[in-house]
Parts: sequence; C-alpha cells; structure tokens
Amino acid sequence: MSSTYSAVFVALVLAAALLIGGYGLRVSRTTSDFFVASRTVSPWWNASAIGGEYLSAASFLGVAGLIFAYGPDMLWYPIGYTVGYLVLLALVAAPLRRSGAYTVPDFAEARLESRRVRRMASVLSVGIGWLYLVPQLQGAGLALTTVTGAPGWLGALLVAVVVAVNVMAGGMRSITFVQAVQYWLKLSALAIPVIFLVLAWRDAGAPSLDGSVPAVFANDTKVTVQTTVDVEVSSRVSVVVDGVVDGRTYAGTSVSLAPGPHRIAAGAALDFPAKSVVPQVKGIPADTNALWAQPLGGEGHGNPFYVTYSLIIATFLGTMGLPHVVVRFYTNPNGRQARRTTVVVLALLGIFYVLPPAYAALGRIYTPELLLTGQTDAVVLVLPSRLVGGTLGELLGALVAGGAFAAFLSTSSGLTLSVAGVLSQDVLLLRGLRGFRVAAFFAAIVPFGAALLVSGMSLADVVGLAFAVAASSFCPLLLLGIWWRRLTPFGAVAGMIAGGGLALVAGLVTLLVPPGAGLVYDLLSRPAAWSVPLGFAVMIVGSLLTPRTVPASVNRTMVRLHAPEALGLAQEETP
Amino acid sequence: MTTAVLAGLLCVMTLAVLVLLWRLRNALRESGNAVDRATYETLHTAWSAAPPLRAGLVPEAARRSAPHLRALLDTPALALTDGERVLAWDGIAEQHSADVLEIISPALTHGRSHVARVSCSDAECPLRFAVMVPLHVDGRIGGVLLAYAEEASAGLVRAANEVARWAGGQLELAELDRSKQRLIEAEVRALRAQISPHFIFNSLTAIASYVRTNPERARTLLLDFAEFTRYSFRRHGEYTTLAEELRSIDQYLSLERARFGERLQVTLRIAPEVLPVAVPFLCMQPLVENAVRHGMEGKVGPGHISIQAADAGAEAHISIEDDGVGMDPERLRRTLAGEPDEQTGIALGNIDERLRQVYGDEYGLVVETAVGAGTKIHLRVPKYRPGIHAD
Repeated sequence: MSSTYSAVFVALVLAAALLIGGYGLRVSRTTSDFFVASRTVSPWWNASAIGGEYLSAASFLGVAGLIFAYGPDMLWYPIGYTVGYLVLLALVAAPLRRSGAYTVPDFAEARLESRRVRRMASVLSVGIGWLYLVPQLQGAGLALTTVTGAPGWLGALLVAVVVAVNVMAGGMRSITFVQAVQYWLKLSALAIPVIFLVLAWRDAGAPSLDGSVPAVFANDTKVTVQTTVDVEVSSRVSVVVDGVVDGRTYAGTSVSLAPGPHRIAAGAALDFPAKSVVPQVKGIPADTNALWAQPLGGEGHGNPFYVTYSLIIATFLGTMGLPHVVVRFYTNPNGRQARRTTVVVLALLGIFYVLPPAYAALGRIYTPELLLTGQTDAVVLVLPSRLVGGTLGELLGALVAGGAFAAFLSTSSGLTLSVAGVLSQDVLLLRGLRGFRVAAFFAAIVPFGAALLVSGMSLADVVGLAFAVAASSFCPLLLLGIWWRRLTPFGAVAGMIAGGGLALVAGLVTLLVPPGAGLVYDLLSRPAAWSVPLGFAVMIVGSLLTPRTVPASVNRTMVRLHAPEALGLAQEETP
Repeated sequence: MTTAVLAGLLCVMTLAVLVLLWRLRNALRESGNAVDRATYETLHTAWSAAPPLRAGLVPEAARRSAPHLRALLDTPALALTDGERVLAWDGIAEQHSADVLEIISPALTHGRSHVARVSCSDAECPLRFAVMVPLHVDGRIGGVLLAYAEEASAGLVRAANEVARWAGGQLELAELDRSKQRLIEAEVRALRAQISPHFIFNSLTAIASYVRTNPERARTLLLDFAEFTRYSFRRHGEYTTLAEELRSIDQYLSLERARFGERLQVTLRIAPEVLPVAVPFLCMQPLVENAVRHGMEGKVGPGHISIQAADAGAEAHISIEDDGVGMDPERLRRTLAGEPDEQTGIALGNIDERLRQVYGDEYGLVVETAVGAGTKIHLRVPKYRPGIHAD
C-alpha cells in the first residue's frame, strides 16, 4: 500500500493545520486597502467555507463506503445531506440571520426571552456536536490504519490532539478563508483521482456491474482480516491461508473452502485466486451485483421502508441544527446574503456528492475484498493505488488520504470550537480564556473516548444519528420559532426534551451495544421518523397549554425576523 | 435477546423523561402548609404583576398587570387609569369602564383613597362600590387604581391602598429605569456633538490647500468630511455594525492623512467574519481619534497606528494601538473612574461605561499604557446579546 507517500501527505496536512492555527493568517493592510479590508465575506467565499466545514469524514469516506456495501438506497445520504440546505434556504436562513443570533441557543433566547430555553438548547447543542465528532475521529483512525497500518486509535488521537491544541491556543478560529480552501482541497482530492480511475477502468475494457454474478476478485488478492468475521462461501474456492480459519491454524498452506459458513479469525491472511467469488460477510447483504444495484433491496436492515424514510427525515431537517453550520450564517451581512450563500452551498455540495458513488461502483469491481474485511468505509482510500499502478497510483492514494485528513480536521475543529464555546458559556459557566480552554479540552476528550468505545457502526450511520437529534430538537425549535407566534418557552423546552432527548438516548444506546437487527434496533438506530413528529407535537401541545407565557415582544421579534432589512421596519422600536 | 433489552431500555427512558417533565411542571405547585402556600401564592402573584409595571403606566403594561392585581385584591373587577383614559379593565361587567373617568376626580384631586357608589340599571350587578386609590409616583399622582366590589369593606380599602403603594413603587422603578436610559442617551449625544472644533478647522484647512493643486482630491476629501459628519451626528440607533463604524473611521483617517501626509501610518487587520457584529454606536471612532492625537503629538517622525479586529468564537476582539506619548496609568485610572480630563477627554470613560452597561462589567475597556510607551486599547464585543441589534 502507498504507505510512504500517504504518511507524508497526512503529516503535511496535520502540520499545515497546526501552523495555520499557531500563526494565523497574518494579512496586514494599509489604509489604502481599507475598502478591501472592510468588505464583508461574499456569498461565494462563505458558501465554500460552509462546504469545507460541512463535508466531513462521513461524506468523504462514509458515503462511498455505504453505497459500496448496500447499493443505491444509500444515495439518500448524499441527497439528504444536500437537501437539508434547501429546507434551510426556504424556511430558516434569512430569518435566522436577521435575528442576530450566533448560535441556536442565542436564537432560542432572542425569540423566547428565556434563559431556561437557552440552557436546554445549549445542552443539546453540545450533545449533537459530540455525536458528530465521534465519527470524525473514528474515520481518522480508519484512514490512518488503511494507508499506513498504524493502530486504529492513533489517527483519532492525532486529530483530537491537533484540534484541541489549535482551539485551546486560540488559533484556527475557523477562519473563513481557510475553511473555503478546505472545500476546494477536498473536492480536488476526490475529483483528480476519479479521472484517473475512470480512465484506467475504460482501459481495462470497462467491465460492467450489471451481471447476475456476485462480486469477484479481479486479480489474485491477499486479504488480511483485522477482526474475526463469519463469512458465507457460495462456491468452492481454493485459498492459501496464513492464520486461523474455522478453528484450525494454517501456515501458508492451500485450503479448499466448501460452500457454507466459515469463521476467519482476526489476523488471518488469505490469498484468493483471480476470478474467485468474494465470500459474503454476515451483515453485509446483496450477494450479486445485480441485486446490489437494485434500489430498496435493503437487506441491511429489516425494514427498508422505515429506515429509508427515517434517514430522509433526519437529513432533510437536521442540517439546520448542526452547531458548526449555524454559526457560519452569522458571517453574512444580512438575510438576503444568507439566502444567496445557501444557494451556492447547494451547488457546491451537489458537485461534490457526484464523486463518492463513482468510487463505490468502481470499488465493487476492483476492491471486493473490503466486503470481506468489513472495512467498506476504506474503499475511497484503497481504490487509487489498486486501480492505477506505480508511483502515480501511490500519489493519488496519498492525495485522497491527505484530503480525508483535511476533512477530519476542518469538520472537527469547527465542531470543537462551537462545542467549546457553548460549553464554557452556558453549561460549565466558565468565563474568560481559561474557561474556554478547559471547555475545549472537554469538547475534544469526550468524543475521543467515545470513538474508542463505540461498536462497529459505519461512519455515515453515526453522523445520521447526530442529524436525527438535531432534526428532532432544533428543527421544531427553529421552524416553529420562526413561523409560529404562539410558541412558548415551556413548549420549546418540553419539545426539545421529548424529541431531541429521546433521539439522543436512542442514539447513545445504539452506539454502545453491538449492532443488531429487527424493528427495535431500527427504531433506535434511526429514531428520526418517530422523534421528529414527537418533537413537533410536544412543542405545539406544550405551547398551546401555556398560552399566557407567549413572550410579550413576539410581534416585534417576528417583524425583525421576516421583514427585509432594506424596509427599515425593524428600526422603529429603537428607543 | 438484544432487541428485548433495547425495547425495555427505551420504555424505561421514555418513562423517565415523562416523569421528569411532570415533575418540572409540578415542582412549584406542591409545598408546605396552607399558610406557606398562601404566602407563596400572594408573593408569586405580586411578582407576576411586577415586570409589566416596570414598563411604566402604559396601556399594554396595565392590561398585562391588571389580572394579577385583581387576583391580589380578589375583587370581581379592577380598572387602571392614568386620569385621562382607562388603561385596562379586568373582570366582569366591562360596560362600567365608560364611567370610570367621571368618578375618579375626588381621588385624583385629593390624592387619597375614596369610595364611590356605582349606579347601575341592572339590579343583579355585583359591582355596587368602587374603591379608588391614587397611584403615587415620585410625589405626584400618576393614575388611579379602581377595585369594584359588592361591598366596600374597610379590609378591601386597606388592601387596595397597600396594592396601590406597591404598584406605585414599581412605577417609580420604571421611572428610574427611564432616567438611567435617558442619561446614557444624553452621553451618547454629548459624544456625537464632540467632533472637536480643531478637527473641523484642520480638515477644512487641509481641504482648502488641495482645492487648487488637486481639485479631485479636494472633492473626495469634502465628501469624506460630509459622510463622516453625517454618521457622527446621526440621530437614530444606539448600535451599529462594526463595518459601519470602520467605514466612518476610514473617512476620519483619510481626513487626518490629508493633514499629516506620510507621517501618519496606519495598519489594519480586520477579520471579515466580525464585520456584521453589532457594536455600540461610536465605540471605536473616538478611540482612534485619541490614538491619532497621542500618536502624533510632539513628534517629528512618523506615528504608527494599528487597528485590529479578530474573530474569537462567540466574541469579536478589537484593539487600537499607537506608538505615541502614552498616558500616566494613574491619570487613566481616574479618567475611567469618571473624572474627565483635559488630555484624555470624556471619550474613554464614556465608552468604557457604555460597554459595561450594555455587556456587563467584564466587557470594560482594557488599556495598556505608560508614559512614553504608546497606548493599546482592547475591546471585547460579544457577537450576540439579547435585545441588541444594529440599526
């Protein structure tokens, strides 16, 4: 594997992050450039920055991994991640900006004039941030293991330390310019290799995926299993085994595996001959490529209908509640610019998400052994060096690895910064720079601990949970807060506890128990379909029960939220 | 097996959340014996009426506080008036509100409580008597509270008197709030009017010197001058955006550069992320003016001024630095404590006080200075504070 180049690229990315954090971008200007200096961030720059911070490990690695394993049903992930911004654009972006709020807790306080609602929103904000940070660190561990063979915790530790040090040192204040460059870096890290991959694929006669054949090894392939797996062999295959299979120890001897179940122990290395069928790991379905390419095959979960819709609800409605996304809208000078920024974000994400499905499909042809090892999220990392040989392949692999680390770092630092801010201000009640540093430490250490503990959920699944919690708590708060004048503090708190609280608990339970099957597991691991309506219902009923506590200034607040700034309506109440 | 455990867990969690919600709702209701409860209820009702009254005796406030005041007196109807109109009527038989203004004159003129019989065509009407109590605010009568009842007992009159005194106290606090606000506005106005005559004279002289040699430059400078004065004299709005404040500083600096030429060197480092932050009107410009004055004073060589605004998460950090004569820290301390000083002017103390008043004491100015060592002033502004919007 492209170990040397990749290690160098990853090290470069980490070092660059530390340097930018430590020294900042020291751009000084003289007065003659004053108008350049005092010009606000353009929607284009701001949208790139949002994209840079938003495209996380789940997008960079996870989406391709899921499609690779489970087929086109998983296309709902990239669609959902993008459409969330459409909802944000239509219903939230401009009013949220006009409210003057920097975070969702700020909005809650501005709209409902209640410290208690603010505290509740803060706690949830931290919960969502942490839940979103876990898969970033998990992804870092996976990436480093795949490209250099380092132990899984090392990548997570590296990212956690770099981010914590940066945030604590006061650097990397999620500078718009830096985050904007990150988007284009991530886009190129996926787009450039995919050009070469497609060329190589065409060169090989463009093998098709539509046959009714199972995934087969394209060449003689050596597979090293890192965790013990149960596999189903469909036709007799003769392999060279170094390690323990079915309880017997082999040392480089040829074994003929009969059709049926087999157990491959951790650390075993198997040499499969070319054209042999890839054994199917339990839990990863779709044995033939034709079945894989079929939508709503959905054998990964018992209830594909429920699971799909739950995912759609979570991602469509969850984006508006992500702490690191909301703060970016503050940079827009007014509501109109906030809308324009969101439109550009939609375009940028649309372009990016075309790429992962290409990796997934090519992975199906060229790296089927990942289905056997279960490390499907690594498909993006493995493909370039596999498909394009020589130094070029290694360089492309290194580019992808570097891009992946950039993804982990930018998303993690944005999140850690947001979480630390809310933690120090509203939860731990620590003031000043020191308080902020303590909060930053906790903001990074908790998800690092969780990343070591969690069971083998895929990256995109854990991110999906963060979306679900945001969709069940902050989406009702924002939508009702902006569009319904009868919302009361009691209703808001009750709705956030009922929707967000239960979704959070369900999410934590699924993180800590091994993946299961069945309806209950689906309900817990994809809570959005029940928790979002629950959050809305409780918030509405709770508000209707306490009509006397509607904030006195609700009309004034509504005018401020909805009237375009140019009308000057909001100025009238100035004392 | 796992599913069963998970289902059980979910049930327990749901139950726990429900119990928690129920307790939250009931936490205030249960407690103690009847006397405790009555005391609590009374205090709570009084407390509920207080916030609206703190807005002064206006219809909206009266309407919101009337139900609570009526609950305190336990009468079928209650009215509030400022002597010229009925501000609020709470309770039954609202047609009587039309007569309020006719019957209150004794209470208004004598400033004492007064009981009047209510004439009513309906024999069953429970409103027979009106107990009228004047609301004393700052030694004058601000309005009248009318409690209607079937009988005008001594107890009711006494209670109405006490409630009116309490409400009067709240209204006095409202008055106090308003004067505090007015004081601050007056200070901002003083600051606006504080464009120094020297500055106007120097600017106009500098512009005049360009009129013939460089008419284009003279024109630009005049426009800058016009814009700068318009901003500084603007009437509305206590807050502005950092971007606006910086624009005004730019105009100010271009006028000063016309006078000092190459001697005045300015460095800017502005993070674009903080430009939309709402800041108190004129919280930076006077500091820059001070910096120019101190930086150029008694100097032959160039003076250097540096203005920075950095993004710091939920806050914006701003600093203004000059390499001029500096200040005596003791003298600076006195200025910040509110004793105006010839040299430092009232700007520093005023800005410090406004920042503390708006954002809290930890957001005051931080000044690093010593005689001959230049001056560096730090401001911290939170990106969001309830009720603060740039207009």
